[in-house]
Amino acid sequence: MRTFEVVRTGLLASTGHPATQRDVPHRGGEANPSAKALQDKFGWAIERSEVVWGETVVFVEPASVKQVIHWLHDDPSQRYDFLSDVTAVEYRDAEVPIEVVWHLRSLPYRRFLRIKSQIAKGQPLEIDSVYDIYRSADWLERECYDMFGIRFRGHPDLRRILMWESYKEGFPLRKDFPLRGRFSRSEQLRQALAQNPEARYSMEELSIADAFAELPEDMRRRLDKGERTGE
Amino acid sequence: MSKRTVEVELSTSGMDAQGRAQRVPLVTNDGGTALAIEPPPGIEPELEGEHMLINIGPQHPATHGVLRLVLELDGETVVRCIPHIGYLHCGFEKIGEYRQYNQIICWTDREDYLNSIGNNVAFALGAERLFGIEVTERCKVLRVIAAELSRIMSHLVWLGTFCIDIGAFTPFLWAFQRREEIYRLIEKWVGARLTTSATRVGGMAADIPVGWMDGLRQFTRTFPQTLDEIDRVLTKNAIWVGRTVGLGVMTPDEAVNWGLSGPMLRASGVDYDVRKDFPYMDYETYDFDVPVGTSGDVYDRYLVRFEEMRQSVRILNQAADRLPDGPINIDDPRVILPPKSKATSEMESMIHHFKVVMEGPRPPIGESYVAVESPKGEKGYYMVSDGTAKPVRWRIRPPSFVNLAAIPKMVEGHLLSDVIAINASIDIVMGEIDR
Repeated sequence: MRTFEVVRTGLLASTGHPATQRDVPHRGGEANPSAKALQDKFGWAIERSEVVWGETVVFVEPASVKQVIHWLHDDPSQRYDFLSDVTAVEYRDAEVPIEVVWHLRSLPYRRFLRIKSQIAKGQPLEIDSVYDIYRSADWLERECYDMFGIRFRGHPDLRRILMWESYKEGFPLRKDFPLRGRFSRSEQLRQALAQNPEARYSMEELSIADAFAELPEDMRRRLDKGERTGE
Repeated sequence: MSKRTVEVELSTSGMDAQGRAQRVPLVTNDGGTALAIEPPPGIEPELEGEHMLINIGPQHPATHGVLRLVLELDGETVVRCIPHIGYLHCGFEKIGEYRQYNQIICWTDREDYLNSIGNNVAFALGAERLFGIEVTERCKVLRVIAAELSRIMSHLVWLGTFCIDIGAFTPFLWAFQRREEIYRLIEKWVGARLTTSATRVGGMAADIPVGWMDGLRQFTRTFPQTLDEIDRVLTKNAIWVGRTVGLGVMTPDEAVNWGLSGPMLRASGVDYDVRKDFPYMDYETYDFDVPVGTSGDVYDRYLVRFEEMRQSVRILNQAADRLPDGPINIDDPRVILPPKSKATSEMESMIHHFKVVMEGPRPPIGESYVAVESPKGEKGYYMVSDGTAKPVRWRIRPPSFVNLAAIPKMVEGHLLSDVIAINASIDIVMGEIDR
C-alpha cells in the first residue's frame, strides 16, 4: 500500500490573498521592495528603476548583472528562486541599445521583478550567463543567442537551438534581418537540397556509438574538416 | 489546509514494493518452483563496453510532435539524452513585430494548438495591460469559461495520448469523445474548433449564442462521470502504476531551479499556481483547489492533471452561475469597432471602422509581461510597445519549452521504454516549443 496526498489549497487556504490587479497606472505606482533593496546594496551598479504598468523594472549595468541576480537568488530577504524568462529586445530606433531582459519570480514572497541590461551600441553582444544560478537558463539563453546573437559568457553549451546549426543567415529576431530571410528563396531551396540527408548526427553524438567508420565517405570528409552537422 | 489522500493498492501480484514489475520465472519444475535459466553455452552472459546510439523522432508517434531525441544506451538503460527541437519553427515572434495587436491573436491560436482559446485570452490580457484597459464583468467571466474549457480539452488530449503511449487504448477513446463535446461548444460560440481567435483587445469576438449555457451545464454535469470511469480504470491499475511510479523524479528544489511550471512543478510538491499566486481575471474569487503531488514522478503528474480537470469543472460551474448580463466589449472607441449596422449606414462610424482596422489601435510607450496558468504551465506574453500600432517585441514564454529542457535530467538512468512515459508526462506541444 502506498499513499499519495493531494494537497487541496482552497479559496482561503493560501497565506495572504493576492488579488487581480485593477486600474494599473501606466507609470508609477507601488514599486517592488526589492528595487529599493537593490539600490541600497548595489547602488553603483543600478542605473535606474521604474514602474511600468505595475511591474518594477531595474536597469543594471551589464558587468554586474550576474552578481545582482546571484544576490537576488541567494539573499533570504529576496529569494528570487524562479527564473521565468530570459530574452532580449531590440528597438526599431537604431540608436537605442539592445536590452537583455530577465523575468524573475520569488515564489516564497510572491514578487515579480524585471531586470534589464543595456548593451551599448558598438560593444560586442556579450553578457554573463546565469546558468550557474538557474538551470532553466540553459535553453532560454540558447534561444536568446540563436535569435539575437547575444553570447552568454559561461554558458556550457551555447549553440543554436531553434535554427539548425549550419544556419548561415544570421540572427532572425534582429531588426536588420528581413522578414523573409536574408537569402533569396532560390538560394534557400538550393541549400536545402544540397544538404546530405544522412548528416543527422553531430560529432559528439557519433562518438557515442563509435559509428564514424560507418559513415558515407563525403560526410566523413566534411566532419574531418571540422564541419558540425548536427541540428 | 485540507488534504485528500489517494490510496493506491500496490500489492498486486507481479509487483514489488516500489510498484515495479517483478521478474516472472519462465521455467518451472514439476513442483511449480522456478528454475534458474542457464545461459546457453557459447553465449556471453553480458555484453559490456559498447554503448548504442538510438534516434527517436522527429517523426515518431510517441514524441508528440516533431521532437527528436538522440539517446545513448547502455544495454536498455539511458546514459545520455540529447534533445533536438526547432523542426516546427515558424518565427511567430518575428511575424508579430509586423502585425497589429488584434492581428497577432490569430497567431496565438497556432502556437499551443491544444489550448488555442486559452492563448487568445492570455494574449488579450497582455495587450489590455499595455493599453490600460479594464474589460467588462461579463467578458471576464466568459474568458474564465473559455480558459477552463480549454484546460480540460488540453488535459484530455494529454490523458488520451499518455494512455496510448503506455498501452491503454480505451481511456483514449473516452477522453476524445468528451473533448469532441467541448469542441462542439466552442464551435457554436466562435465558429471555429481549433483556430478560435475568440478574443479581441477590449472584449471578445462574439457573445455566446442563446442556449449555449445549457450545453455547458450539460457538459459539466456529465463530464465527472467520465473522469470517474477513467479513474477506475487507470489509477489503481497494476500495469499503469508499474509503468509510472518512481519515474522521472524531480525534487521540489530541482523543479524550481529547472524552471518547471504548471502540473510538472506542482507534482513535485511546490504549491505555485499563477491563478492563486498572481491572480488575473478575478480567479481569487473562485473557489477551487490546487492539487499538489508529493513525489514528483510521472504518476504524481498524472494525479495532479487528473484532479485539475475536476477543479476546472468546479470553476466552470461557478462561472456559469455568476455570468452577468451586459456588454462583452468595453466602450472605448480607440480599440473597439462600431456596430456593423452603423458602419454601413453612418459616415462617421465608417471612418471610425476604417481607422481602427487599417491603422490599428496604438498603445502608449511601455511594456508588460502577463503570465497565465495555461494547461502546460506558466505561459507569459511579454510585449514592448514604442507607441506605434505594432509591438517592437512580442515574446512568448513557452511553458513546454522550459519543461522539456529538463528531459535529459529526468530520463537518464531509466529504461528506454520509460523515456516514452516520461516524455508523455511532460505534456509538450511542439507548436509552442518551436513557435
